[in-house]
Amino acid sequence: MKRLGVFICHCGVNIAGTVDVKRVAQEMGEIEDVVHSEDYIYMCSDPGQLLIRNAIRDEGLDGVVVACCSPSMHETTFRKAVRSEGMNPYLCEIANIREQCSWVHQGERERATHKAGEIIRSILEKLKQNEILETLTMPLTKRVLVIGGGIAGITASIDLADAGYEVILVERQPSIGGRLSQLSLTFPHLDDARCILGPKRAEIASDPKIRVIPYCEVEEVKGFIGNFDVRIRRKPTYVDWDKCTACGVCLEKCPVESLSDFERGLATRKAIYTGAPGGDSGKPVIDRGSCRHFTNEDCAICQEVCREGAIRYDQGEELIEERVGAIVVATGYDLFPMEKIGEYGYGRIPDVIDGLAFERMLSPSGPTRGEIRRPSDGRIPREVVFIQCVASRDPERYMPYCSRVCCMYTAKQAKLLKQKAPGAQPYIFFMDVRTDSKGYEEFLQQTIEEEELIYLRGRVARVFREGDKVRVWGEDTLTNRKVELDADMVILATAVVPSEGIKDIAARLRATTDKHGFLTEAHIKLYPVESPTKGIFLAGCGQGPKDITDTVAQASATASKIQALFSQDVLLQDPLVAFVDAEICSGCGICVRVCPYEAREMDEYRKISMVHEALCQGCGACIAACPNNACELRNSKAGQVFGMIEVFEGRRERSSAGG
Amino acid sequence: MDEGTTSITLSEGEGTRAFLQEAQDRCGQSLRLCYQCLKCTAGCPTAPYMDFNPNTIVRMIQLGLKQEVLESKAIWLCVSCETCGTRCPNEIDIGVLMDALREMSLEKGYRAHEANIVALHHAFMESIRRFGRVHEATMLMEYKLRSRDLWTDLVPGMKLFMKGKIPLIPGRIKGMKAIREMYRKTQRKAGAEKK
Repeated sequence: MKRLGVFICHCGVNIAGTVDVKRVAQEMGEIEDVVHSEDYIYMCSDPGQLLIRNAIRDEGLDGVVVACCSPSMHETTFRKAVRSEGMNPYLCEIANIREQCSWVHQGERERATHKAGEIIRSILEKLKQNEILETLTMPLTKRVLVIGGGIAGITASIDLADAGYEVILVERQPSIGGRLSQLSLTFPHLDDARCILGPKRAEIASDPKIRVIPYCEVEEVKGFIGNFDVRIRRKPTYVDWDKCTACGVCLEKCPVESLSDFERGLATRKAIYTGAPGGDSGKPVIDRGSCRHFTNEDCAICQEVCREGAIRYDQGEELIEERVGAIVVATGYDLFPMEKIGEYGYGRIPDVIDGLAFERMLSPSGPTRGEIRRPSDGRIPREVVFIQCVASRDPERYMPYCSRVCCMYTAKQAKLLKQKAPGAQPYIFFMDVRTDSKGYEEFLQQTIEEEELIYLRGRVARVFREGDKVRVWGEDTLTNRKVELDADMVILATAVVPSEGIKDIAARLRATTDKHGFLTEAHIKLYPVESPTKGIFLAGCGQGPKDITDTVAQASATASKIQALFSQDVLLQDPLVAFVDAEICSGCGICVRVCPYEAREMDEYRKISMVHEALCQGCGACIAACPNNACELRNSKAGQVFGMIEVFEGRRERSSAGG
Repeated sequence: MDEGTTSITLSEGEGTRAFLQEAQDRCGQSLRLCYQCLKCTAGCPTAPYMDFNPNTIVRMIQLGLKQEVLESKAIWLCVSCETCGTRCPNEIDIGVLMDALREMSLEKGYRAHEANIVALHHAFMESIRRFGRVHEATMLMEYKLRSRDLWTDLVPGMKLFMKGKIPLIPGRIKGMKAIREMYRKTQRKAGAEKK
């Protein structure tokens, strides 16, 4: 390469505020083989890209370095730009002088300017030895795995099936519906959760493109975007669902009762139970832990009463293997356990319940048939205290983040409480009230006025039993006074946390999570529904707390991203993968063992190692592990990397760094 | 400021709500709408002298702190400039509320912390009742007697008198009949409400 161009971006003031871009442009222009060097305020903009394209055309450039932000931001942008001028995109390299220079050296103009020059020089050195590469293609399996059957998974599945793609929807619980199936009415328009969920469930049931696998776990995921091989373990239900007619006799006759998770402990369920009560609950499963047949053999009542002969105590688990091209992770949320909060009674005061439990109480299909009753004695409560930000926004002891839904659902619950128990007075302890979406603030203000809610600003210090009441000690920080209340019931808006086992699933998918277990997105603004692991898409509360509206929007976004991916006939992949020098390779097989992507395999005939280019992600593990330097990474060969290091060490003459 | 000393017991919802309801009915304002932005207090010229800021008064009404509100200095220090009501994002006219609170305080015989201000109000109203307009000499006299503060402002008062600004003979207006009728009606209404 003899005709190189350097383009230095100001990034507004992000770079130019710290780095003397004019001086860098001038210095780079003096390097041998650099025939064009200029700076511009926003190189990624249309006129900025035009500068690059014009220079390629007018000056016959055969290599381009853009000194700007991180390649994860705009490498693709600039490679597309040079390609449109007929240049091989892999002859365009990014020198990161923003994240790795200007942002970390603010206030050190002289040194930052020097470092920016060094970074660009080193990239020029690398570019000099770049090869012309062609994009790799690999087959694409146009089928999707959706993990989680809540409203996020359901929405993504329906959207994808509507677009014509096959969907496998897996759910851990015995039936789909997720948290939404536990809710009563939803804010801000008070739509019944069942009216949102019901039609969608029906759509899923009747769509031949969607295969629902309930009561299962994703056990293993191999392969990559375009071709994931997944193994799904279906837990034994001990009921033959093909024969079962969901008549419900077994549920009636089963003698074993234990607390129902679905009802948040407000009611019991039998050892044989369905995912959700009510008409659309689906077929039952037997809980092996509590069923008497499995604990002391003599009970077989369900088998005796089943007219269809559907009970099968000997049913084993089933392994299902499928190949899919993309995966939507919609694993949902749980509420922070009350049992961990000492000052609110460790979950041991019966009349202190969490928000989801109160939703069950408000729900017409719930344990009280929608009546508001104190769990302890069934009385209709009068003084009801709601406490917001329980375990949320508490970085010292619990979760530092805002759970985003509690302010709105508390106002909604207080409203519904007043409607169902008109004599009740809701008191709401809050820190701030956050109503961050369309129509929310209006809903809140209207509810406060119409339902005569009393909002008290301050965290509650203590909640304890006092006779048959629950005494609440708090403070109203707006009047600076201690507040004492004898409540009949207390409802805790506990923090939204990722559902149990999220970290295991994330590990199986090689997706990343933050320290709280929420799945991380590739970029919060540029790629908000994509995991950094390609082919994995994120929807719903598994990615972070959010309401139904945002969840549905996010789920539809994943579906449209997957449709864009599936609109191609083959999958295009960067050719920046490992390759083997067959002359040097000794066939030791270390690379095969270290490769995390199963992209390396031994050629048993030639006794050397090979690279499956479609699987290789260019991570470089094999290159570091190879004892005799037979493995190299395309366009990051050892010679190139050493050349870059030498620039920094000053071993290469500054004036000849480019040549 | 004497905040933070008393604790509130909110165990009877009815009791908490009763004062709020009464205050709302009296002033015709939706006091529940207050979200404590403090715009009223920020613009209030007398807030620095009040024991409770205007926003705190609204808050105390929401929490049913009847005695403290009706005995507060704040309700008497309000000069009804209406800056609060003009700026309130929830259209709560605190000036009108303060008026209502003053009425309630007097009707129910609460101890007025700013007795002199009450005395001035009475002297003013009495003067209007008698003459249909303010007659400074008799009004000041009445105020002095009511407040038992005979010496304050005596020197400037004398100066004004010397310049003829405080006429001895009260002037009368034409519509005295109408004024008397107004007093009669409002007093009857207030009397009816008391019962």
